[in-house]
Amino acid sequence: MMSDAPLAPPSPHVGLFVTCLVDLTRPSVGFATIKLLETAGCRVSVPDQQTCCGQPAYNSGDTPDTADIARQVIAAFEEFDYVVAPSGSCGGMIRHHYPEVLADDEAWAARAQALAAKTFELTSFLHDVVNFKKIEARCNKSATYHDSCSGLREMAVKNQPRNLLSKVNQLTLIEGEQAETCCGFGGLFCVKYPEISQNMVDDKIDDILATKADLVLGGDLGCLMNIAGRLTRRNLDIDVRHVAEVLADMTDDPPIGAPEPGKAPS
Amino acid sequence: MKPTSHNFRDNTNAALANPTLQAALGKLTRGFPVKRLEAAARLPEFEGLRDQARDIKNHVLANLDFYLEQFEARVTNWGGEVHWAKDADEARQQILDICRRVDAKTVTKSKSMIGEEIAINEFLENNGIEPIETDLGEYIIQLRKEPPSHIIAPAIHLSKEQVAETFFEAHKDLPEDRSLEEPRALLEEAREKLREKFIGADVGLTGANMLIAETGSNVLVTNEGNADLTYSLPRVHIVIASLEKIVPTLEDAATILRVLARSATGQEMSVYTTFCSGPKRPGDLDGPDEYHVILLDNGRTDLLGTEFQEMLRCIRCGACLNHCPIYKSIGGHAYGWVYSGPMGAVLIPSLIGLDEASHLPNASTLCGKCESVCPMRIPLPRMLRAWRRQQFVRKQSSSLSRFALTLWARMVKTPALYRFVNRHAMRILGRLGRKSGRFAWLPLAGGWTSRRDFPAPPGKTFMDLYRDGKGRAP
Repeated sequence: MMSDAPLAPPSPHVGLFVTCLVDLTRPSVGFATIKLLETAGCRVSVPDQQTCCGQPAYNSGDTPDTADIARQVIAAFEEFDYVVAPSGSCGGMIRHHYPEVLADDEAWAARAQALAAKTFELTSFLHDVVNFKKIEARCNKSATYHDSCSGLREMAVKNQPRNLLSKVNQLTLIEGEQAETCCGFGGLFCVKYPEISQNMVDDKIDDILATKADLVLGGDLGCLMNIAGRLTRRNLDIDVRHVAEVLADMTDDPPIGAPEPGKAPS
Repeated sequence: MKPTSHNFRDNTNAALANPTLQAALGKLTRGFPVKRLEAAARLPEFEGLRDQARDIKNHVLANLDFYLEQFEARVTNWGGEVHWAKDADEARQQILDICRRVDAKTVTKSKSMIGEEIAINEFLENNGIEPIETDLGEYIIQLRKEPPSHIIAPAIHLSKEQVAETFFEAHKDLPEDRSLEEPRALLEEAREKLREKFIGADVGLTGANMLIAETGSNVLVTNEGNADLTYSLPRVHIVIASLEKIVPTLEDAATILRVLARSATGQEMSVYTTFCSGPKRPGDLDGPDEYHVILLDNGRTDLLGTEFQEMLRCIRCGACLNHCPIYKSIGGHAYGWVYSGPMGAVLIPSLIGLDEASHLPNASTLCGKCESVCPMRIPLPRMLRAWRRQQFVRKQSSSLSRFALTLWARMVKTPALYRFVNRHAMRILGRLGRKSGRFAWLPLAGGWTSRRDFPAPPGKTFMDLYRDGKGRAP
């Protein structure tokens, strides 16, 4: 899908943009991402000057702060061959919105575009850029994949995670009819308009239930926390994980929102 | 109508608690998108036509004055008359003046969103003229004194039982034992009533799906044929249309027609497509004696040259509503004015003010589905963000949320501080939440936890673990 992607050097140096949600709430996704990238032959660095991509400011109309944050991310990441994020949403922010926000900034516009051109969502990077084949993972589950909106519509992520997952031993993938419909997360939207958001995530859960899957996978932690949080609130016993955990065969940690093994939910 | 957009939260709660509405919305949003997809799949050049349609309207918007004047000249040439209206007041007055001059008692009307925008029915009624909506859906909501809840399916929020109830109440001559259980029976009942009105009307008021500059024609698209009876039977035909409805040529109109119905309902073409050019000429068998076009600005020219200009490409197909998960949750009335869905959320603030409509640009996840189906490729999410930027500059959000945003941004821009604060916050959350794996309640996170659990973080951040493990998973 990314035919315009530059040909990867033999051992590309990748800057991992870990994303704030992975950093704070799901470190295992970050380590799974590193494992996948290294197995694919990349050298991975994790710049210390990263925090958040700035979407909460951007989507709140706060352009000055967004521009500051964008400049900070560009400075921290422009030395790498590629920037990879385990998120279509944060990847989309860097790829599409940084150049927009800094378009009139003479000193930064070109740097924003240069960074945008080498920024990828994890599964599309593995699949389209480095042609990753070495998947050695097992997951005895039937899973359904939720397409996050930014991943799907901004980063053209659709077949890549599915193709990669098809190589995971014992995993069955079942398509939800509404896999492409928004789950109702939407960043600050879900706390500003919780009633509408709940209605949307309940629709999403209806679609998940219809697949009879016992595992929900996706590439964006925001959606996954929203879906997992609503599933547990409704006492529905369906696991939720980031796709990187399954691809990297790192599923020892409890699923998102699940108790530690042996501990009953209080 | 008096907007209720500022009551968006109450409107939303009422909509979510209305099972009839929820059932109707579920049906609508499962039906139209599938039909659109099938129609698009049957036409290999559909995506290319979308590009062409976009380019046509972009060209028009860059040369609006030229095409409007060309249109006026052609209409005049046909023996019709163009009236320029700056705003809703002027448009209403122009319509009333024509009606008074021909001594009109009744005005039949085919569906027009501009008619809704200027609330023409209420105005005519207050001036002693009876307006009669002839589109079935519009007729129903006129009887119920409601605004449309969808731009192409105005009564979509109602069940057939509610419609039957409305007819029994309004049609006093209905025998009590008359069965109106089947949609067919409802249709027959409305048709019977409307036939009398069509024949007796003095003025026919229609909207226009497009205005064609080279021919001086207006295009009418319906599935019921009501627009044809509306314009052709009375002595006077008044077209009310906003400026941006103009297209240069017949061929351009044909291009846009090819994406219009496919995007709206999944039909190749709507059942009736009519081109009206001026009044009846000698030798014509039928047609009106007078032909008037009210060209309404009402804020459109203010959008030219702004980041909202592209909104003027909108052809009111309703695809963005049909595909919007927000619209699917709350329906059209929650938006509080005559438009709704993503196109409404962008357009309404420009027409009734950002203060009144402050919720609308925010009540969106910016999921992008609307833009992906818009036949005119209008970047709706980008424009919702543009409104949010204006709100931010005007300090329209609460001071608390602005303070929180500033504080957060300060942290994000200071990585060392960000790590320090989050390291401790996550450690506490991890310790408290480890056992159950989730929080049913968290301070300051009521918006989240009122509806869903918060998945507990493990306690150590990735950045700390990575540093401690020197780049390896611990």
